[in-house]
Amino acid sequence: MPATWPVSWLVLILLGLSVIGYFLGRQRALASAGGDSRLLHSLPNFYGMNVLLSALIPSAVVLGAWVLIQPMVINSAVSSAIPAEVIAEGSSRDLVMSDVKRVAEGLEIARESGAVTLAEIRALDATQTDIRALLAEVGVALGSDVQPAILKAAQDYRAMSITGSNAMMIIVLLIAIVGFGRSYARTHHEYRARNIVERAVLALLIGAASLAILTTVGIVLSMLFETVNFFGLHDWKDFFFGTVWAPNFRGDSELAIFPLLWGTLYISVVALFVAVPIGLFAAIYLSEYASKAVRGFAKPLLEILAGIPTIVYGLFALVTFGPFLLRMFGDGGVLGVNWMTDARSVATAGIVMGIMLIPFVSSLSDDIINAVPQSLRDGSYGLGATKSETIRQVVLPAALPGIVGAILLAASRAIGETMIVVLGAGAIARLSTNPLDALTTITTRIVSQLTGDGDFASPETLVAFALGLTLFVLTLGLNVLALYIVRKYREQYE
Amino acid sequence: MYDSPALEASVDQKETKIAAKDVQVHYGDTHAIKDVSIDIPAKTVTAFIGPSGCGKSTFLRCLNRMNDTIDICRVTGDILLDGEDIYDKRVDPVQLRAKVGMVFQKPNPFPKSIYDNIAYGPRIHGLARTKADLDVIVEKSLRRGAIWDEVKDRLHAPGTGLSGGQQQRLCIARAVATEPEVLLMDEPCSALDPIATAQVEELIDELRHKFAVVIVTHSMQQAARVSQKTAFFHLGNLVEFGDTGQIFTNPQDPRTESYITGRIG
Repeated sequence: MPATWPVSWLVLILLGLSVIGYFLGRQRALASAGGDSRLLHSLPNFYGMNVLLSALIPSAVVLGAWVLIQPMVINSAVSSAIPAEVIAEGSSRDLVMSDVKRVAEGLEIARESGAVTLAEIRALDATQTDIRALLAEVGVALGSDVQPAILKAAQDYRAMSITGSNAMMIIVLLIAIVGFGRSYARTHHEYRARNIVERAVLALLIGAASLAILTTVGIVLSMLFETVNFFGLHDWKDFFFGTVWAPNFRGDSELAIFPLLWGTLYISVVALFVAVPIGLFAAIYLSEYASKAVRGFAKPLLEILAGIPTIVYGLFALVTFGPFLLRMFGDGGVLGVNWMTDARSVATAGIVMGIMLIPFVSSLSDDIINAVPQSLRDGSYGLGATKSETIRQVVLPAALPGIVGAILLAASRAIGETMIVVLGAGAIARLSTNPLDALTTITTRIVSQLTGDGDFASPETLVAFALGLTLFVLTLGLNVLALYIVRKYREQYE
Repeated sequence: MYDSPALEASVDQKETKIAAKDVQVHYGDTHAIKDVSIDIPAKTVTAFIGPSGCGKSTFLRCLNRMNDTIDICRVTGDILLDGEDIYDKRVDPVQLRAKVGMVFQKPNPFPKSIYDNIAYGPRIHGLARTKADLDVIVEKSLRRGAIWDEVKDRLHAPGTGLSGGQQQRLCIARAVATEPEVLLMDEPCSALDPIATAQVEELIDELRHKFAVVIVTHSMQQAARVSQKTAFFHLGNLVEFGDTGQIFTNPQDPRTESYITGRIG
């Protein structure tokens, strides 16, 4: 017998048990009604499902929680047992712990391949055996010789893992069997299995809904902790009120959000100047003027634009649109002016991002314009108004709050957009007002601060979280405002 | 309450405002209106009655070419307004609708202020040269709509904030503001409570001194109360057209009799 069963075996056993439970529960219910399903409170399948769920759900929940929690508990127990003198200068407890885990894994592999026996592992002594050579034989390479304290920790680690896994196995199986037995014993033709199963379905739905919310909360919290770390290392006044962005891995960086925020907002505004008129006009044409055939053809086509990955837009900005602008406005260009020195600029990224947002604006506005009641249009036509008068003076004012909401949603997408600006906007953080200059944005800087090989505990890296949180607050605010406006508008025609 | 037979006789002498001849309407494959010919007199309330789906609303919408906005709808035959064919190619349907105003089943005030609701038509058609002119038109229309006293202190409040009956009178005032010659009303009281209905009916009776009013209604009592002429539609045919008193007391066609006595409908 292996020292521990893999978890996948346990899962298979649980599934098998529940499937058996399904058929047994169904059969027992039918038998208690003398084979006449009309005498049952619920359909036979509900009795089967009841046994299946009772066997599976509680045990699966315990299994999942155990798998998550056990490594944490063992980790902290072993880690605190490591004496402080083992931790070398410039290293940390976490690094030593990863060594410990590697040695423990190596020992397990060595045992499986038959190089050592269980008893030998328990008796290993670092002063007598060359552990590094032993593990190298079975394919586990270690960076340095194993110190006795680390070997001791690895042995403990291994022992605790095995004990924990065995305990988990037994407890989970026990829970499954108890659940199975209890629900099987209760199965009777008067038992309200349907109500129980439906409550389980409700729990499933609630679980799915809360998972999404909890994830959001988790994301915010993790960003919040790192941001707090950042403000512990860097002056918050410089971050919010400084004007220079100059990260510098020797320390003494100036990390002000203002130049990045400026770039972000500037590019977003350019994008909205492109997307809003074009998107809105397209929506008006599609919803008011286009014939059914044109609409059926053009609307999906326009929405395909929304399905293009933003990196592809970024490439378009980088290799096609940026160079085109440079040929127009650059030195020796078609217009004979020298306003542009680099293909990457606010205009490049902003205009391409605007194109990306067109379907977003047009699709939302189209829905909103269509939601304006036909009776308003009829009323206007009945007074002798033309189509365009009706649209300008009745339909658009009626749809305006919704359209504003759509524009705000588009704005929050523009602010959060990354790939187009990474490729199209450049990387120079400055406060320029020339749309043909390269600028940089918050998202671009987050990418570059985190993808270097900088120390993860330095303010230059942690600033990414502060930037991310600021961005999150900004877009969240815009979304809330947009949803508020859209909802207010909806109430008007209900 | 309808007028005495003596008065109705004089109604017959009035000139014809709209003359329809052999009108056919098709919705796609459906033949909705079959061979309808009718002369609608000026300064009279004409009621269209008939069971649901009989085509009375469809025919009403032909009179100001509102059916043009429906793609699959096809109208043939002649409809003359003051002797001119309104389906002639030279006629601009938009101009026509300024002359033939319409009030709809559900009150549909625009999401604008009460003032702007009324001023909408006059502004579009350039009926007012100055702001003062427009103020006069708005007040006159609201008075004609019998709603002036209720809204004069809040002309700049949104029209959608009024009660259903007030909204419908606002819509009538709005239609009146463009100085139409004919006013079409498509079941104007079906969304209103009895009190609001009574107010609107009183208003319709007022309006007939200036306009030709055509009203589609489901309520035979309403037709009897407000109209001088009644047309009974059934399955797309105009079955009978005559003085209201005569239709309700002495119908010529057995189908009309069945309908007004409640046997079909």
